Amino acid sequence: MSTQFSFHGGVHPPENKHRTTGLSVQTAPIPAELVVPLSQHIGAPSEIVVAIGDRVLKGQVIAEAAGRVSVNVHAPSSGTVVAIEKRAVPHISGMQAPCIIIETDGEDRWIEHQGLADYHTLPKQELIDFVRHHGISGMGGAGFPTDVKLHLGDDHIVNTLVINAMECEPYITADDMLLREHSDKVIKGIEVIAHLLQPSHVMIGIEDNKPQAIRALELAAKETKLNLDIVVVPTVYPSGGEKQLIKLLTGIEVPSGHIPADVGIVCQNVGTTAAIYDAVFDGIPLISRIVTLAGEALAHPHNMRALIGTPLEVLLEAAEINQNALYRLVIGGPMMGFTVESQSIPMIKTTNCIIAASYEEMPPAPPANPCIRCGICEQVCPAELLPQQLHWFAKGKEFDKAKQHNLFDCIECGACSYVCPSNIPLVQYYRFAKSEIRNEEAEQRKADHARVRFEARQARLEQEKADKEARRKQRAADAAKAQAVKKDKAASSADSEKAKSGEPDLKALKTAAAVSRTKLKKAQKALQNAQDKELEGQDKLKATVAELEAKAEAAQQAFDQAQNAPAPVAPVLDIKQLKTNAAVARTKLKQAEKALAKAETSGEGDIDALRVKLSEQQAKTVAAQAAYDSAESGGTPANNVTNEKLEALKADMDAALGKVEKAKKALNTAIEGNSPAVEKMKAGVEKLQAKYDALKAEYESTQSLAPTAAVVVSPEQVADLKADMDGMAAKVDKAQKALDVAIESGSPAVDKMKAGVEKLQAKYEAAKGEYEKAVLQSNSAPLAIDLEGLKADIDAMSGKVQKAQTALATAQASGSPAAEKMKAGVEKLQSKLDDLHQEYVQAGGQLSEPEPKVIDPKELKQQVSIMRTKLKKAQQAIEAVKEQGDTEDLSELNAEVERLTTLHNEAKAAFDAYEKTQIDKAAAEGIDLKQLKIDAAMARAAVTKAERAAKKAREEKVEDLSGLEQELVVAQQEAEHLNQTLSRFTD
Amino acid sequence: MALIRTSSPHLHKASSTADVMRLVALATLPGLAAMTFFFGWGTIINVMWACLLAVGFEACIVKIRKRPLGFYLKDYSAIVTALLLGLALPPFAPWWITLVGVFVAIVIAKHLYGGLGQNPFNPAMVAYALLLVSFPVQMTSWAEPFVLTHGDSWKVLGFTQTLGAIFGSVDPTLIDMYTGATPLDAMRHRGGLTTEEVWRAVPVLAEGIGAWHAVSAAYLMGGVFLIYRKVFTLHTPVAVLGSLALISSVFYMLDPYAFADPFFHLTAGATMLGAFFIATDPVTSATSNRGKIIFGIGIGILIYVIRGWGGYPDAIAFAVLLMNLCAPFIDQYTQPRSYGHAKAKRGMKGGA
Repeated sequence: MSTQFSFHGGVHPPENKHRTTGLSVQTAPIPAELVVPLSQHIGAPSEIVVAIGDRVLKGQVIAEAAGRVSVNVHAPSSGTVVAIEKRAVPHISGMQAPCIIIETDGEDRWIEHQGLADYHTLPKQELIDFVRHHGISGMGGAGFPTDVKLHLGDDHIVNTLVINAMECEPYITADDMLLREHSDKVIKGIEVIAHLLQPSHVMIGIEDNKPQAIRALELAAKETKLNLDIVVVPTVYPSGGEKQLIKLLTGIEVPSGHIPADVGIVCQNVGTTAAIYDAVFDGIPLISRIVTLAGEALAHPHNMRALIGTPLEVLLEAAEINQNALYRLVIGGPMMGFTVESQSIPMIKTTNCIIAASYEEMPPAPPANPCIRCGICEQVCPAELLPQQLHWFAKGKEFDKAKQHNLFDCIECGACSYVCPSNIPLVQYYRFAKSEIRNEEAEQRKADHARVRFEARQARLEQEKADKEARRKQRAADAAKAQAVKKDKAASSADSEKAKSGEPDLKALKTAAAVSRTKLKKAQKALQNAQDKELEGQDKLKATVAELEAKAEAAQQAFDQAQNAPAPVAPVLDIKQLKTNAAVARTKLKQAEKALAKAETSGEGDIDALRVKLSEQQAKTVAAQAAYDSAESGGTPANNVTNEKLEALKADMDAALGKVEKAKKALNTAIEGNSPAVEKMKAGVEKLQAKYDALKAEYESTQSLAPTAAVVVSPEQVADLKADMDGMAAKVDKAQKALDVAIESGSPAVDKMKAGVEKLQAKYEAAKGEYEKAVLQSNSAPLAIDLEGLKADIDAMSGKVQKAQTALATAQASGSPAAEKMKAGVEKLQSKLDDLHQEYVQAGGQLSEPEPKVIDPKELKQQVSIMRTKLKKAQQAIEAVKEQGDTEDLSELNAEVERLTTLHNEAKAAFDAYEKTQIDKAAAEGIDLKQLKIDAAMARAAVTKAERAAKKAREEKVEDLSGLEQELVVAQQEAEHLNQTLSRFTD
Repeated sequence: MALIRTSSPHLHKASSTADVMRLVALATLPGLAAMTFFFGWGTIINVMWACLLAVGFEACIVKIRKRPLGFYLKDYSAIVTALLLGLALPPFAPWWITLVGVFVAIVIAKHLYGGLGQNPFNPAMVAYALLLVSFPVQMTSWAEPFVLTHGDSWKVLGFTQTLGAIFGSVDPTLIDMYTGATPLDAMRHRGGLTTEEVWRAVPVLAEGIGAWHAVSAAYLMGGVFLIYRKVFTLHTPVAVLGSLALISSVFYMLDPYAFADPFFHLTAGATMLGAFFIATDPVTSATSNRGKIIFGIGIGILIYVIRGWGGYPDAIAFAVLLMNLCAPFIDQYTQPRSYGHAKAKRGMKGGA
């Protein structure tokens, strides 16, 4: 099977492999002194378990794994521990690290060891621990403890196991030789890993420059029952990079910042699989490995199986080194390996190659020319970066830009440096930039930490100060109280008895009720005044009055209640206290969770301790909640059991919900980032959701089994609901207001806002529905509250209707195109108002007469006449302009006239409507207002006539004056009567 | 002997900037030969003279900038600049034209910006544009191919006479016999003739166009060689030629009487030289592959627009310079998607 995928870029450096594949793997001599570093793997250094002077046997544990990411270290040969000290270790920095130095006795005596009879029968955890105790860490390059990777099946779904046999670096042939000679071990080692991870597919990736190894592998693979493919890929560097290999074999890219297991893939090196075989089948810990000795300075380059801790000089001597020709000593491959300055440093578990290069072979890099941006580096970059841009940024210390150009996705493979015609040491620039950025970030973290600590301290000090102050005040208050009590006692002993039985409470309530009544009256007066004088801000005053009314009522009620039934207040308080406790516990729990999450993401702090704390807190929360609930439901013990169960279920459910939400969030992030792992994450989310649903169903079924718990709706809950509803209503109002403003200003966002308002309205209604349901359920809640609420609704709604009408009028007046829509809105509101009215009436409330709309006919009339005048004036102006022939002004004026006409018509219409209502009203009483008016006018005319006649008669000194006067009086009376009748209907 | 300590990688491909430059210089030889064959010794003399001047100016300015002289001279970048300028200049351009051009290219367009790799504009094209704007007469009198002056027999102005003409010791009227309009000039100043009529009426088009075809073919050969040697990628030249062919085809199909055919646009003038040797200058072009394509398309379209409606007969220099201006911007928005990233980070986001 060969691959159909490929990764970007890559180079073809001269392979130089043939020189070391001619000879079979030789066993290196046992050195007189073994230098075994404690940290040959990534993670915590192992802990020494031997002392200087101890005799150790081959394979004996000399240092034990410390912490999660660590492995054991074994004595590579028998001998005596002669020193435990810092020695130079193979590290890129040339640093020194603690090592155990063993003087070998040459006997190479084994400690008792044996493999597992049948690893299949062993529990997985024990098998993994077995691997860990045999010191196996990745032998490819990084040296990651293998057992950690074998655990990946626990929390990841591992679909594919990728075995890395690429060996893409030039010179190195260790894996090649291992496969040629021990491919059966490799396959059996793979079977062990597959047993632990249970992948559905195993792929061995190998470059096509190792035909013999491929043949050996194919032969060995015939015997396995695994779904195993040997994938032969073209030779190109760096195909052996983990991410590149995965892309090459599966076509999947490991998302940046993730590990392969996140996309269902685990990668292992062939050397590691062989080491696992040795451990599992033969009980041999990782104390030796195959290492390639190559380079022009060696007369006898070949592969050796050498003990861990063998100093390089021993190996180099065995390969017949020419010290004079040696110019550069490289550990690892020529592309990613590092140079060492000393030949006395030991080889370790990750040392796969030692290159003793001559000057001609690896001459010093020529001086770098300026970058000509030729872009060849970009063509070869396997991470698909822009190496030259990164180089400019690193050079100019523009680290932000470098980060933005994905500097941290650089795998430092060296392909760009290899091809650079200007000989720029690009990788060095990237390493520099990376370390600078890391330092900066570390500094930043430190600073943040310091800031947080400082702030915490500041807060603590302030808190202490406040507490002190509070205590002081408390003491003062206590003293004053004591004084007052003394006084009271002295004043009247009778009262003192009452005072003990909670009388002061009643008093206070009474006072409160009285005060609110007074306030209400004042407000009403003010409102009346405002209405009389038609001041602005009536709405506000009305609202205030309504509020005060409610308050007064509440105060009165409270007072009444207190008076009627001086029930013990204690239990209520208790419940409240419990509730607070529960809330506090919840908050603390959340805080703990947050802290834990933070610690987990940053990988800092004591996660375990936090976890313990969290679980403690969880228990506390559950307890507090349970206590509260039991108290609330009357503390009936019968319910307690179900409640507790319910509580537990609820907690489970909540936890599941939390998980679902977290997963969803992660998924969203992934989707936003278009991560390739989205599909998998989706599946995970669905799984979690299903779990949550199951829990919920269970919870609900349990809940329905416990009817008492479910039905009892506490007044507090009702109040909560009410608060929710009110909040929602306020939101709706706000939105509506905003919408009105928008409509008035003709904003283009009106439609959107409308939709928003409707949404809010729907939410409000939902809240209301819930609230009403709750009210119905709670028998204790008085119906009055409902009525009151409805009433308030009605008031609010009528206020809205009025507002909308005004807005509509304005809109119509200004000829806004939204007028039509607004009209519809007004009608809608009106219908809603009607609905509410109905509801209210149904609820048993007495519908007070709709607040008489204070319409001043005089004003209306006046308005009409003013309009008329204005209109006339405008028309006159038009005429004048027409004569002058100014067309531009004319059109403007015309528009004005039109506007005025509409206004006039409106005013007139309003007036007429008003008159019509009056007529209707009169008609309802069986009086024709028109007729009445005419009659009144006639009567007035008659009076005038009579007056005139009387005057004339007086002037002419007519005798029959008294008759006329009588007539006048009669006419006057009639006129007055009619007028009175009329005024009843017109005022 | 103490072992050295150095950062990986420890292997380097045996290539250098000088190699790249040498390859470019080598690839221009077919074109240089073709131009000499058809237009006489002028081009070769120009190129030699320009190279001489370039090395001189480079040495001076490097000395003034207190940089190691040998190190910088050995990168051959000045030679390539001079070569390209020399090829672009008219064969009988007076010596001082070349002098001014090389001075502008090396000193002003390159070193004043910080030397190799730092110049935002293609030095040769900066010089060419400046000369074209400053000395339009000298810059627009192009040599006629020998087929027009001496029939079918290969006879061009002698080497010494050409040398004399360039350095001013020979009567300028002699040169007039050997100069004439280029095909692009002819197509441009056709005075109401349809494309077909111009092709028949103007000798440089009717008989002499073969010279330009041959020169273009020679440059194409050089360009293909450079792509084969991986000196640059296909992206830029294909984008330039492709977009030019496409846009000229569209206009030609719309009105074949008013517009020249795409083949004419690809082969007349300096299209091939521009597409393979000028636009591919890595220093001044966009960096990513996608960016190079956009960069090339811009040049192709600008060439056509300037040829069709601009004030100058050929447009390579202006088109390339205009796109040089855009290159940093193009770079901002053409970052490739990196491994493991769902999409590329483009634009100014991320605090850049």
